[in-house]
Amino acid sequence: MTSPKRGAVAFKNVRKEFGSFIAIPDLSLQIAPGELVTLLGPSGCGKTTTLRMLAGLESPTQGRILIGGEDVTRLPANRRDVSMVFQSYALFPHMTVAQNVADGLESGGMKAGPARDVADKGLDLVGLDGMGARLPSELSGGQQQRVAVARALVLEPQVLLLDEPLSNLDARLRRRVRTEIRDLQQRLGFTAVYVTHDQEEALAVSDRIIVMQDGRIAQEGTPRALYEQPASDFIADFIGEANVVPCEVSHVADGVATVQVGGLTQTVPARNAAPGPAQLSVRANAITLQERDGPFAGKIVSSAYLGDHLEYEIDTDVGLLFAIDAEGDAPLRPGTPVSLGFRPRGLALIA
Amino acid sequence: MIRDNRRLDLLLLAALISFMILPWYRLRSGFFGLGWVGDYLTDDRVWPGIAQLDRWWLWPMPVLLGLAGMLRLSMPPARRGGWLVILGAAGIAWMMAQGLSVGLRGWNWAALEALGPVDGQQAFGAGAIGILLCFAGFIAFGLAERGALKGDAFVLGSITLLIGLVALFVFYPLVSMFTGAFQDFDGSFTSEGVVRNIGDPKIWSLRCVTGSGGCGVAWRTFFLAMCTATGTTLLGLAFALVATRMRVPFKKGLRLLTVLPIITPPFVIGLALTLMLGRAGFVTQFIEDVTGWELGRWLYGLTGIWIAQMLSFTPISFLVLIGVVEGVSPSMEEASQTMRASRWRTFRRVSLPLMAPGIANAFLISFIESMADFGNPLVLGGNGGVLSTEIFFAVVGAQHDPARAAVLATVLLGFTLSAFLAQRLWLGRRNFATVSGKGDGGRHAALPRRVAWPVACVVFLWAAFTVFVYGLILFGGFVKIWGLDHTLTLEHYTRAFSVSWQDGIVWTGVAWNSFWTTMKIALIAAPLTAAVGLLTAWLIVRQRFPGRGLFEFALMMSFAIPGTVIGISYIMAFNLPPVQMTGTAMILIFCFVFRNMPVGVRGGVAAMAQLDASLDEASLTLGASSPRTLRRVILPLLRPAILAALVYSFVRAITSISAVIFLVSAKYNMATAYIVGLVENGEYGIAIAYSSVLIVVMITVIGTFQLLVGERRLRRQIEPAVQKRPKEVQA
Repeated sequence: MTSPKRGAVAFKNVRKEFGSFIAIPDLSLQIAPGELVTLLGPSGCGKTTTLRMLAGLESPTQGRILIGGEDVTRLPANRRDVSMVFQSYALFPHMTVAQNVADGLESGGMKAGPARDVADKGLDLVGLDGMGARLPSELSGGQQQRVAVARALVLEPQVLLLDEPLSNLDARLRRRVRTEIRDLQQRLGFTAVYVTHDQEEALAVSDRIIVMQDGRIAQEGTPRALYEQPASDFIADFIGEANVVPCEVSHVADGVATVQVGGLTQTVPARNAAPGPAQLSVRANAITLQERDGPFAGKIVSSAYLGDHLEYEIDTDVGLLFAIDAEGDAPLRPGTPVSLGFRPRGLALIA
Repeated sequence: MIRDNRRLDLLLLAALISFMILPWYRLRSGFFGLGWVGDYLTDDRVWPGIAQLDRWWLWPMPVLLGLAGMLRLSMPPARRGGWLVILGAAGIAWMMAQGLSVGLRGWNWAALEALGPVDGQQAFGAGAIGILLCFAGFIAFGLAERGALKGDAFVLGSITLLIGLVALFVFYPLVSMFTGAFQDFDGSFTSEGVVRNIGDPKIWSLRCVTGSGGCGVAWRTFFLAMCTATGTTLLGLAFALVATRMRVPFKKGLRLLTVLPIITPPFVIGLALTLMLGRAGFVTQFIEDVTGWELGRWLYGLTGIWIAQMLSFTPISFLVLIGVVEGVSPSMEEASQTMRASRWRTFRRVSLPLMAPGIANAFLISFIESMADFGNPLVLGGNGGVLSTEIFFAVVGAQHDPARAAVLATVLLGFTLSAFLAQRLWLGRRNFATVSGKGDGGRHAALPRRVAWPVACVVFLWAAFTVFVYGLILFGGFVKIWGLDHTLTLEHYTRAFSVSWQDGIVWTGVAWNSFWTTMKIALIAAPLTAAVGLLTAWLIVRQRFPGRGLFEFALMMSFAIPGTVIGISYIMAFNLPPVQMTGTAMILIFCFVFRNMPVGVRGGVAAMAQLDASLDEASLTLGASSPRTLRRVILPLLRPAILAALVYSFVRAITSISAVIFLVSAKYNMATAYIVGLVENGEYGIAIAYSSVLIVVMITVIGTFQLLVGERRLRRQIEPAVQKRPKEVQA
């Protein structure tokens, strides 16, 4: 039976304590069916604990958890309609790949034969057809990871949980696998909750990102909203390594604020700002550099050549700024005095 | 929710059957014989609880069951959970109170006479025990319905059951024994005996340090245990390293060899050592003849016991350490080598520290084994015994002083518990999950040369010594009278194991009766022990329940109780209602299960500490229940630990003597008790012949176990080692 809410997730005032340590003081969140939501944050922010509570591997101290509209707070992990991809993959080393994938199906009461067929289909899905007879130790890291995904997916769970699923893969593979996961999720339409500390990964796969800090939600929204409208210097810094500089809002009109920063005057979306001192998030690629004097002067501290772009650290009146120059071809030497400018698209007032 | 109701329904049904149908009281003829069914209508002694309600102290039972039924019908699981727990606890408390208060002839305690006279009652029978289990079930299911431990009823049920069993079979006997220490012969309270013994210089003297006489028995036992633990751990490690890290011939034989000493009744090694190194032993005589020295009785005392214990316990630490040595991830060693560490540095800085928790385990086990050892000191102790034999003589000897036994037992317990605590504090901070859920390849580093050579030499010499001792034992069974008449004969074997044919096989040998009893009991006890031990290990390692540390502590404490104490305390606890088992096979089985379980627990804990917890979690999120996770994921990965637990408990059930000697009866006599009787009568020939047969039988059974459980199928396949460059032929 498919209820209209199948795949929906809700946390209602969930609190989790480990002894005297309060991991999560009071968390409420909603996830819509078919949505891929990322829990993003530095280590120790409570994102994995949240995921484990959803899986049923930890019990909340207070509050309720709902999956598909049903209260599962007291339901053990094996009776929840979710499955999980572990950071370490947790493939059973004594079973073959096919047995690994079929195991959950057999737990659910499926006969060994049909379970094997479904498992083979699941392996097809992740591009591992024909590998069923191998042991996990005979696969590469990326293949093991895909077995873990297949094993979780064949159960057709309401919600798929992924706990830093890419952290054990190399960078190139990471990009490919994350695309594959996103594709699968879009194609099959399941709800997914994805935990990561990598903001690029989060931006790439998510419908919505929930940034957590100290067990609380720091900000949630679409990747774009988070990137362009950070709610705090923490978010601005965490999502996309923005420079956070002090500024002065001189006046606000028609949703546009005029801002004084480092001797320059800029207009940015007002976002409820009032005249007075404020903070401005400046993306690294929104800083332009010219080798001459100007109203906003700085001095190159270090530079790096990265093929398609150059990276600089610049000492200015408002502090050390990190800048990316995608156009220059030869890096400026440290010590060179420069004049700085801003591209309007990379600026945002921190609300 | 439906599941919650269904399992509660089943439990209520079981409770009803226990109360309405099964005989409430213990049956003299035994419950499983089913002889009672015929008398069911006529004999009120086999009637169920509901027909015994003329005893007013049983009235709470139907009331509590009725309340449970009402809870089931009127409340949803989430709300009734707490009430179920209270009901279950109340039921258990009342059963204990009434069982301990009303004995065979009325009140057990004088203080209760004021409540008026009561009829006596028999010990708990099937019905009463069934009800007790159901009350435990109420507690477990109630907690599950309240969402404790993520609502896992299986885990909660296991924990409740285990706590109940440990309380009954470990603590209740001990408490009974200590109460006995404070009782005079007529049952009144007295502290005179305890006070007299507690400051006895025979226990605590340190005069051997100052040089004026012998040390107290406590210190000597401690010194012996330290020596044995150090020696066996080092030897065990050496064996484990040779068996897993070196390319030597006869590796399989090595493993078999190291199993030999534990399958030997303890006093047999003592006996063999006497024949070899005793005052009239052939080695002693040879040395005396050649050199003219007077060796005398040097073997009797700590030295002899130490040698015998080294022979006895090295294999135990070998069994523990082999899993540890194999469990160290090869990539760690490879990583170290790539960091420019030499093989020696890798071994010292990486491999050894990773093995450290396992080594500490082996040390602890050997230390406690040595402290509790009874057979070797009995044979080789001479005039100076150790604590366990002193306890034995305090009770069975001429002195019959239970207070002294209790004091000595406390001292012994103090030592073993301190060892346990020290190991826990040191080990607690270290956890090396070296088998992770991630596949890793690689091969174990070879041993550095400066380790390999000494280790190989020691192992070779010790193996040779062991073979020699065993050869002696086997040979001893075939000579007429050892030391006097070395004519070869089969006489001992035929007397013990003759069989004749008269309308079927007739077991005419004198040994058959005890032999079959021993086999039966050992084969029942071994799987039970392994199951209980590994289940406990799993609960301790994987479940975070309140009081877990205390639970583990209590279990380990049962390991620290020497067999002599267990034997006496079981007699004192289970001779009278409410739980009466003396003279049955049951008491032997329970004794073995709870005496040997801690080793299974330790082995399981060590093995499970090397299994990444995300494997369990993955199985749970894949929809497997916790019993299924145990069966499909944990057990296959724990095969070596299972094998060790099975082998150990089987073998211990056959070779154990200290506790058993108190618990055997005419109907259920065990091989060891019978052999001790033979030795006491001076019939060494038959004793040795019988022991040899036991050894052969145990080897056979162990081989079968090995085939059944099979080799662990791990990620690291045994691949042909990379061919070494052919060495130049040495000149």
